[in-house]
Amino acid sequence: MTMRSAMTLSRSIGFADLVGARTRTRPATDSVNAKIEVRNFSFFYGNFKAINTVSMDIPANHVTAIIGPSGCGKSTLLRAINRMHDATIGAHAEGEMRFDGVNVYDPAVDSVLLRRRVGMVFQRPNPFQLTIFDNVAYGLRVNGMRDKKLIAQKVEESLKRAALWDEVKDRLFKSLGTALSGGQQQRLCIARAIASDPEVILMDEPCSALDPIASLKIEDLIDGLRDQFTIVIVTHNMQQAARVSDMTAFMLMNRATRAGELIEFDQTDKMFTAPSDQRTEDYISGQFG
Amino acid sequence: MNTPKNYRWRKFVDQVMRGSTVFATGCAVIPLIAIIGYVLTLGASALSVQFFTDVYQPPNMAQAAADGSTPAFDPNDPFAGIGVPTDGSTDGTTPADGAAAADVYAGGPVGGVLHGIIGTLIITGMGLLFALPIGIFAGIYLSEYRNERYSTIVRFCCDVLSGSPSIVAGVVIYILVVIRSHEFSAIAGSLALMILMIPIVTRTTEEMLKLVPESMREAARGLGAPTWYSTFTVIIPAALPGIVTGVMLAFARGAGETAPLILTVLGSNVISTNLFAPMASLPLLAYRYTESPYPGENTLAWGAAFVLMMLVLVMNILVRVATRRRAGASR
Repeated sequence: MTMRSAMTLSRSIGFADLVGARTRTRPATDSVNAKIEVRNFSFFYGNFKAINTVSMDIPANHVTAIIGPSGCGKSTLLRAINRMHDATIGAHAEGEMRFDGVNVYDPAVDSVLLRRRVGMVFQRPNPFQLTIFDNVAYGLRVNGMRDKKLIAQKVEESLKRAALWDEVKDRLFKSLGTALSGGQQQRLCIARAIASDPEVILMDEPCSALDPIASLKIEDLIDGLRDQFTIVIVTHNMQQAARVSDMTAFMLMNRATRAGELIEFDQTDKMFTAPSDQRTEDYISGQFG
Repeated sequence: MNTPKNYRWRKFVDQVMRGSTVFATGCAVIPLIAIIGYVLTLGASALSVQFFTDVYQPPNMAQAAADGSTPAFDPNDPFAGIGVPTDGSTDGTTPADGAAAADVYAGGPVGGVLHGIIGTLIITGMGLLFALPIGIFAGIYLSEYRNERYSTIVRFCCDVLSGSPSIVAGVVIYILVVIRSHEFSAIAGSLALMILMIPIVTRTTEEMLKLVPESMREAARGLGAPTWYSTFTVIIPAALPGIVTGVMLAFARGAGETAPLILTVLGSNVISTNLFAPMASLPLLAYRYTESPYPGENTLAWGAAFVLMMLVLVMNILVRVATRRRAGASR
């Protein structure tokens, strides 16, 4: 199967395109609702264990927040989902990270095809030094879309969903993405991520470089995206986690091993009102961290 | 406040040291300024419109043109004036008569260096054309497809190559190309220059690509772009001004090389655009005409050196402008 046809078919034929022609789609998993199943997942940088045996089910079409103090491995876990660590020398995983039932660390899985279905928004806005239009169209062109009309339509749709259209519609081809303000850049990056219709969007502290007003706009935006995408967001800001997420995972670094561990994973309401673990309560009530 | 006991001694030592450094700096700069000044004064005096529009004329040809007499040898002979007799009876370097001889040896106009300018542009341009794809792709490999073991070796080879004497490149091409093809040729010169340009283009490309923030690569990777795609659509455009700088530096280096060209291009006194034949070039003209007994040709050599310097200077200015624009754009 060529890459191009794999791309265009990706939504319709499920997972076969991720792993190439060799493997057939796996049977449906036991937990129907889970988009991403993390099973005894550990992650290493060389000999250093950054995450220790995390297990959790990330539900489809919901917002899942990962919170915890610095160094607890939450970003590492997030980036492990679409294998952003591949470029890091010595980084490797143990256990399973199943996306639609298939372990993404299976050697047969092509990380490029995986990332086309699992998009990412980063901590610092990182638009390309291209025009606003070309920034949003980038993912579409990567996916082999050549129809100019379709691209233009997709770009407009994505910018509207990212609540950026009205601010940039007059200068789509004139301004560089890098010329926008910080908040606008981040919304541009979200538009860029959603343009190619991924199924999952990973957000790595998307508001930490933004002022409160710009952050609120991003939160509103996330709220509007939840019915179409599965969103996983890492945040330092507990109020933000409480506002935007349906599920919350709390991670903490084990002081003895220095590896990040999952302490508690539950519905956000419960996590913030009646956590079952004392450490979660301490963190949320500001006793440490 | 008390003055320390040895205060005057310390002050004295300080001044001696400062004086020494100023003196040493002067010693370092004087030869440089002397060379530039010498070439400027002697070279600039050779400049005229004819200097840029004419090709080489043998001294007695120029003389013949001045007094209407017949030239002693064929102006289309590429070896004219470099001491090779064109037939058994007439030595090409011997003027037709005594009166003309006196004038010729006194100096005077002997044509221009248009053939050298054209030759330098062709040879260096072609060398750059060969070196660009290799250098840029090697730079991309070093920066984007990191494999530390191989990268270290490649990087080391590049640094050795860019530090090695240029005559080595000339000898290699002489043995591999010139001897086998039984002909000095412009293309052989371009190949020799290519060897010298590749490390410059490679290292500059690598350094410039590495300056592009990692977040750009992550963004492209996060969108499912393969490395080659993001490299050509995002990384190289962002680094382009810097890469252009490296290309210009490579051109300047190649344009000034003489040694490898002696062994490969040989030189010529006429305009030649045949890539498979000897060709003229500015550094070669400067080299050959400096050795000439005719003052007119010596003047031509100074002129050629001057034009060469200006060429490199203009390149350097272009480099500066490009770098400054880059710094401005990133803000």
